[in-house]
Amino acid sequence: MIHQMHRRDFLKLAGIGGAVFVSGATLSAGQAQQDMSAFYFVQISDTHWGFSGPAINPDSQGTLKKAIAAVNSLEEQPDFVVFTGDLTQTTDDPAVRRTRLAEFRDIVSDLKVKTVRFMPGEHDASLDRGDAYQTFFGDMHYTFDHKGVHFIALDNVSDPTAAVGEAQLDWLRSDLEHVSSDARIVVLTHRPLFDLAPAWDWATRDGDAVIDTLLQHQNVTVLYGHIHQEHHHMTGHIAHHAAKSLMWALPEPGSAPKKVQIPWDAASPYKGLGFRNVKADTAQARYKIEELSVGNML
Amino acid sequence: MTRSAIALHAALLVMFAGAGLHQSVIRSWARETPNNEQTIRISASTFEFKPSEITLKKDVPVIFELTTQDRRHGFNLPDFHLRADVQPGTTEKLRFVPRKVGTFTFLCDIFCGDQHEEMTGTIRVVE
Repeated sequence: MIHQMHRRDFLKLAGIGGAVFVSGATLSAGQAQQDMSAFYFVQISDTHWGFSGPAINPDSQGTLKKAIAAVNSLEEQPDFVVFTGDLTQTTDDPAVRRTRLAEFRDIVSDLKVKTVRFMPGEHDASLDRGDAYQTFFGDMHYTFDHKGVHFIALDNVSDPTAAVGEAQLDWLRSDLEHVSSDARIVVLTHRPLFDLAPAWDWATRDGDAVIDTLLQHQNVTVLYGHIHQEHHHMTGHIAHHAAKSLMWALPEPGSAPKKVQIPWDAASPYKGLGFRNVKADTAQARYKIEELSVGNML
Repeated sequence: MTRSAIALHAALLVMFAGAGLHQSVIRSWARETPNNEQTIRISASTFEFKPSEITLKKDVPVIFELTTQDRRHGFNLPDFHLRADVQPGTTEKLRFVPRKVGTFTFLCDIFCGDQHEEMTGTIRVVE
């Protein structure tokens, strides 16, 4: 379901361009709640700090820092920033993993916005079930409420089988019992919750159970990463939006026999890399997603 | 088919349905006899399958015998809804009948390290 949103409903942003996509569910005017307002936040994903591969990203040490500077330069600062996983590039060495997580934390501490939410990706957390990640960034699944939106961060990576697991599913069901059926809900996660491309490992093993639980609520939007590209999909009335990476781009789901990193294009540096602004109109339970390319920020 | 054989088939169907196996797998068991099954041994290790390229004949039953040389890996053949955890020291057996021709990817779906995403293979099913 796609809806155009009136421009006046959104905060004015700095003039850095990008594709615009509008999605969400609608409510009748009578359902709009009085205490809600518009706000926006930034989603950054798949920064893979520690990756090295000049043919893929010769600016692997600089891209994240450029993105942080770009967020800091926004005329209107976002209410918060969320990182949806794969903060670091995986390593089999636990000491290197901790070094990368610490370096990442120090880099993003330069954000002007001081409310920053983190989530793990499989590169951060699958090899030690999130032990190192939690030392630096705390819980791997949690909720928070912001201006009328109930945010749920789901962990589908610390179990190396890419499952959310029964314990977290019970936690989710329990949380949703205390949320009205028409509440505005945004789910943040790393992997797609639906079977986007199982042969490329773009799925969550028990994602169907998560979606079945979420379908009991009318206004649910899922923001995730993992696939290193913008992607939009509906499961019933739930919209799923994948974000770009800041390290490398990947092909469209299933478009090639093998999933391979897209090489750096010297004629178009940073092509396919970026982050997004998500502007929430909580009264109407609608979200406008503005994709921002790193290349356009330089 | 004798009464005992019918009972055995019924028991197998109930057992596999209870285990959540895909319908095509259940039907394969109901139709095929094991006489023409072929066995293919696949060894997993960080970060590869051996063999990584396998050719099968359509409608000919196959048993994959899966082992791992180092740590737990996953074997997942999504196009046939076939998967298993492969634990060190054990042999995991997966039976199925390829009912469609084409080239299909199998992969390790348990994150196993730096080159986990390279741990894939292909199965070619021919007439």
